Amino acid sequence: MRDGRGTIKRKAGLKLWLSGGWLAVVAVLTLFAGWISPHDPLTQDLFASRLPPFWAAGAEPGYLLGTDSLGRDVLSRIIYGGRVALTVAIIAGLATAIVGSVLGLIAGYYRGWADAVISRLVDIWMAFPPVLFAILLIAVLGTGLWSIVIAIIVIDWTRFCRVVRAETMNQSQMDYVASAVVAGHVRSAILWREIGPNVLPTIVALLSLEMGIAVIVEAILSFVNLSISTDAPTWGGMIAEGRISIHQAWWVLVCPLIVLFLTVLAFSQFGEGLKDRFDPVLR
Amino acid sequence: MRLLQTLLMRLAMMAITLFGAAVIVFVVIRVVPGNPIAMMLPPGASDEDIARLTAHYGLDKSIPEQFFVWLGGVLHGDFGTSISLRQPVMPLVLGRLPATLELSIFALVLAVIIGGAMALTGTRFRGGRTEAVIDVANGAGLSIPDFLWALVLILTLGVLYPVFHISGRISPSLDLPFTTQFYVFESILRLRFDLWWDLLKHMFMPALALAIPLAAIIGQLLKQSLKETMHLDYVVLARTKGYGENHVILFDALRNAVLPTLTLIGVQFTFLIGGTVIIERLFSYEGLGNMAIDAVINRDLPLIQGIVLVFALLFTVVNLVVDLTYALLNPRLRHA
Repeated sequence: MRDGRGTIKRKAGLKLWLSGGWLAVVAVLTLFAGWISPHDPLTQDLFASRLPPFWAAGAEPGYLLGTDSLGRDVLSRIIYGGRVALTVAIIAGLATAIVGSVLGLIAGYYRGWADAVISRLVDIWMAFPPVLFAILLIAVLGTGLWSIVIAIIVIDWTRFCRVVRAETMNQSQMDYVASAVVAGHVRSAILWREIGPNVLPTIVALLSLEMGIAVIVEAILSFVNLSISTDAPTWGGMIAEGRISIHQAWWVLVCPLIVLFLTVLAFSQFGEGLKDRFDPVLR
Repeated sequence: MRLLQTLLMRLAMMAITLFGAAVIVFVVIRVVPGNPIAMMLPPGASDEDIARLTAHYGLDKSIPEQFFVWLGGVLHGDFGTSISLRQPVMPLVLGRLPATLELSIFALVLAVIIGGAMALTGTRFRGGRTEAVIDVANGAGLSIPDFLWALVLILTLGVLYPVFHISGRISPSLDLPFTTQFYVFESILRLRFDLWWDLLKHMFMPALALAIPLAAIIGQLLKQSLKETMHLDYVVLARTKGYGENHVILFDALRNAVLPTLTLIGVQFTFLIGGTVIIERLFSYEGLGNMAIDAVINRDLPLIQGIVLVFALLFTVVNLVVDLTYALLNPRLRHA
């Protein structure tokens, strides 16, 4: 039977491999940044400032992606900047997923007043534009890694809550839940041991999207200098510096931008790929 | 009658929402650790100076008292004094608001044009390669945020092929005859098309960056609604009457397919306005958002309060307008 399932499956597989591959590369580079990065990301060398990347004329062999206006190695700074980006992505992504999913599971399974309270809260939350929330929170919490993480949780838990709630309501109608009830399992046990694992694929797919969002939020905040301390290299910070010297040294902007672009795209495509893979119709 | 009722209900809701926003903003700001007064004074200021300035800004009263004094002022248009700029907040915010409004509206127009064109073309050539290309473009528009689009635009149309300006609102060398802050609008009224063109060249890239994600959403949803409408009996009837495909899409299908998209545009437009904060920063565009970031960096609490409240007002007004347009356009609500 030709119904296009095979094609979608192949496409989803390719998506997963490409995006997963890129994310793995970034993860390995940042994890072993100390051994891999060719230079110290903070060392300035004013005699070697604004060196172009290796393919352009006038490049120095030691600096693969050139140097910025203070003579710092762009490649090393990208690798170390990836540390901040991935740390925020993992911590903020997981924390947001946990907070939103737990509330979504409770609302979707127990219904009643718990659902009423949580759903109303989601509605109110959604009416408040995220950027204003972020401005307020960062103004109050000050800058730093934890402020970013808290800001992301506070803004984005609703994304998980809505989807997980809907999926939990779906799962609750299934026969296996009815069997568990007949078998005499306690309600909370059914929720965490039976429904939870079945909602997990949805949560994992969303988590990947959320990590991409976290990377962007971190980049934006470090771009406007409201992220972690100013001397640690971040992609957003590099983009801000590159934006200033764009006519003299375009690579300072372009290199971190490409990496940021690919990472955000990889996270969202990985999530999409997972969604396709877990789709019961395709299975 | 029903319409009037809806309007009154909506206005009441709007007032409640705004009051809620005011309470939230006030409470959140007041739990800030760190003393803003200490940051204003030079090091070594006497305790007396600190007390005097604290009293001047009303920070020595109790929290509820501070709130009602502040709220009373807000209702009279007095948002207090900016700590970093040492000027009243209200004129500062109002001076920047028109720039942000013009940018947002221009972006909205771009998004509707691009998204609408994509949806119509996709429906006209559905099932073919054209639709596939449009789907890919929509997907890219959805998965990449405005911040990255803005940087890509700066690099391509600002640096590589410098067609547009990458920073500011208008070229500083031009002398400005403006009496209001609505530069684009006023330049048309004054028939100064040279200024208008310059403004547009500054505004185009930030507006396009803001428009791309919204255009993708519009394109996707409108195309989907159009395709569903194309199978309805009345559209089939129009086709059997001998109308061509273009006529059927534009004059029969579109009118009914547009409603869901319209509601969505309302919600998404508030997100677009929120997006101006970072986009204005990227393009050094002198709007409200750019000022908001400076206010956060300087921890200028009165200014942050003023800006957030003006944004909140803007969002509620947009929602109100959308609801009313929806009520006017939807015959089921109009004649009920």
